[in-house]
Amino acid sequence: MSASRVEQLHQRLTQALNPVDVQIEDDSAKHAGHAGAQSGGGHFNVRIISPAFAGKTLVQRHRLVYDAVGDMMHSEIHALSIQAKTPDE
Amino acid sequence: MDVLERIDEQVKNNPIIIYMKGTPKMPQCGFSSRAAQAMQACGVPFAYVNVLADEEIFQNLPRYANWPTFPQIYVGNELIGGCDITLEMYQKGELKPLMEKAAATSGGDTAA
Repeated sequence: MSASRVEQLHQRLTQALNPVDVQIEDDSAKHAGHAGAQSGGGHFNVRIISPAFAGKTLVQRHRLVYDAVGDMMHSEIHALSIQAKTPDE
Repeated sequence: MDVLERIDEQVKNNPIIIYMKGTPKMPQCGFSSRAAQAMQACGVPFAYVNVLADEEIFQNLPRYANWPTFPQIYVGNELIGGCDITLEMYQKGELKPLMEKAAATSGGDTAA
């Protein structure tokens, strides 16, 4: 079940942001049992490198990632930790 | 008052404010905890809102700034980001000067 969430995330990020690299880590197990995990949403760490981030502030970059993830936020995903870089960084 | 107006007033009336789960002393979420710790380490006073104690803000803050998660940190009336960005700025040494500047230009009329 978790693996498919990672695949789904990967697919959405790849489609929206045309990244040169995406690494997604399912961190849900570490947070199992705390209040936020009760809803069933997972915790994921995303490291994404894409030219789409060039010239963008961190807030703008994270918004692009959230937009790409779309409706998975709050249903499938409780928390998303994001590192968004350009290929040059 | 409409909840979005209420949030807008909080953001405008406080040069630095964090919307978090719990309080800086009793955080209820690891992300909120880490963000609040970084802000405290900068030594600049800041306001906070415990979103778990205000259901209306909890439900509506994400659409206020088009940002889906908590915590949310506003400095100088502007969203600087959530936990990741705040920690990254702290580690780069950018958070403290930003907070100091916002606190200085607000003229001291701070009321949460």
